[in-house]
Amino acid sequence: MFEKIWARHVVAEGPGGHVLLYIDRHLLHEGTTAAFGRLARRGRRVRRPDLSFATADHYLLTSPGLPTSDAETRGMVEALGRHTADQRILYFGVGDPRRGIVHVIGPEQGLTVPGITLVCGDSHTATHGAFGALAFGIGSSEVEHVLATQTLWQKKPLTMRISVDGRLGPGVNAKDVILAIIAKIGAGGGVRHAIEYAGSTIRSMSMDERMTVCNMSIEAGARAGMIAPDKTTFAYIEGRPLAPSGEAWRTALAEWKALPSDPGAVFDREAQLAASEIAPTVTWGTSPQDALPISARVPDPAAVADPGRRESMARALAYMGLEPGTPLSDVTVNRVFIGSCTNSRLDDLRAAARIAKGRRAVVPAWIVPGSGLIKRAAEAEGLDRVFMDAGFEWREAGCSMCVGMNGETAAAGERVASTSNRNFEGRQGKGARTHLMSPAMAAAAAVTGKLTDVRTLGT
Amino acid sequence: MEPFTRVTAVAVPIDLPNIDTDRVIPARFLRKDRSVPEYSSFLFHDVRFTADGAERPDFILNQAPYRGARIVVAAENFGCGSSREAAVWALAANGFRSVIAPSLGDIFHQNCFKNGVLPVILPAEAAAGLRRQLHDRPGATLTVDLETQAVTAPDGAQHRFEVDAFRKEMLLTGRDEIGLTLGFETKIVEFEARHAREMAWAVPPRAST
Repeated sequence: MFEKIWARHVVAEGPGGHVLLYIDRHLLHEGTTAAFGRLARRGRRVRRPDLSFATADHYLLTSPGLPTSDAETRGMVEALGRHTADQRILYFGVGDPRRGIVHVIGPEQGLTVPGITLVCGDSHTATHGAFGALAFGIGSSEVEHVLATQTLWQKKPLTMRISVDGRLGPGVNAKDVILAIIAKIGAGGGVRHAIEYAGSTIRSMSMDERMTVCNMSIEAGARAGMIAPDKTTFAYIEGRPLAPSGEAWRTALAEWKALPSDPGAVFDREAQLAASEIAPTVTWGTSPQDALPISARVPDPAAVADPGRRESMARALAYMGLEPGTPLSDVTVNRVFIGSCTNSRLDDLRAAARIAKGRRAVVPAWIVPGSGLIKRAAEAEGLDRVFMDAGFEWREAGCSMCVGMNGETAAAGERVASTSNRNFEGRQGKGARTHLMSPAMAAAAAVTGKLTDVRTLGT
Repeated sequence: MEPFTRVTAVAVPIDLPNIDTDRVIPARFLRKDRSVPEYSSFLFHDVRFTADGAERPDFILNQAPYRGARIVVAAENFGCGSSREAAVWALAANGFRSVIAPSLGDIFHQNCFKNGVLPVILPAEAAAGLRRQLHDRPGATLTVDLETQAVTAPDGAQHRFEVDAFRKEMLLTGRDEIGLTLGFETKIVEFEARHAREMAWAVPPRAST
């Protein structure tokens, strides 16, 4: 599948295996506005404004009215509005119900479809690979390059197939699957590779779940992660506002059905997991690979032979304020964050609401939907009432506490049960301690005040 | 972009694997323009300075022999995580010209090339050997030579490295990549014409704003 998409987007061959790759979609957010400025200073124009799409997600506060915390961040949001208006780029801005996290609204609007190349100045762009697109994150210079030329010089990555087969147990879902994959292959396991996720477990997932899996490819080191399109994919896309329609839909569908890897396709690397071996999972350290089943205990660095690994673990435990041997389910949390491009879609909110319903949050718990439309859809189902009745805070759409760029951060020493994608030191605020988990597990932590096996609450 | 040919400089060893770009430059500094005078202080800010802004003496860049370092020798997966190019900008603002490691985060790796910083991938044992020498002889220098594709260790040993021909040429000349690509305009136009025929569905309908 990767090879098929790659081959159809080669504009020119360069030296050393580099090719000039054509980009079908370019997604922008207010964190990428600096590239517009550099472009303008060099007297260059946006080559294909009709293939660029923008939204504001990183810097807006998710309180009512979507304010910004200060003049600097307000300036960034305003600059994006100005640049997109000047260049006639479609912008889902403040006040537009379609606004939301860039990796949520691309698929939601039908911009993300199989067989295309898609880039964004954000490392979680692999999310869009869930549709069988070649999607990867780029830096600011590459954003400028795409704006000016609609292409990128790229070297073909190696390929890796990760197969997950079997039925997931109760209380186990897509987040647990990707955390288990990262724990298995390591945070650097996918470096220089494009991953294809395959197997019966993946095929039986909804699009929301597939996006959760592909989203965290970068946490396994891979810039791109993808899943072959199938009838679940096509059903999701059909009828979305910016998806192909009419004759274009019929042509596209025929091509998309031919995209999946051929049965004999060869990958540079392969890895396998059994769904039955995956449990509800939480992270204990400061790398996404530091993940264990909730039934486990905090690991002991002294039991590790490799000195580098031992030092890393000891440092992570000191930062996290954890003692080796402590049962993970004894670890108390100070707050809960349910949201981010990993876990802010309707399926995620439903899963969290099932746990919250009829219970009471004992620590501050935020629900931050991925887009204005998801917020509306959840409200139409009454999920907002479920959360508010349970003492959760129901907020506006945005990246929020996943990255804290907007000022929504946890305090030093605070422990957060979070559905986001990174538990790095300082990620959710200087000194803040992050435990990654699924929406259901985060909701369970909210109502018990500690890391909790969601299966004990009944799923 | 400043070209890269050959750099001989003090190198600093960073031993922990998986140093992410949030640690290289925390998110709250990403709103800052690169031209602000304090930009260089954002590098490794939260592990380099205490809450009141004093240097942490245990952080290696604050130790006298490594202060003038212009080369980083790191462990596996340095620069993983966020795509923020500011991680490279912060390194460059402190004078760093090369990062040597057994592996680098893919996006960080690419971002280095765009900013005159040479990423060098060496086998894990070679990189660990370099770090050991730099700890044993604080302030020792390395030479990173792009033309010959070799790192010369403090002990005089040479380590050959691979670099893509395309990226090598761009770094040696300091050429503007967008300028180069704009020279391919005819090819891009031809491609777009073919793409519009063969994958017409790939262009989204013009949305209502």
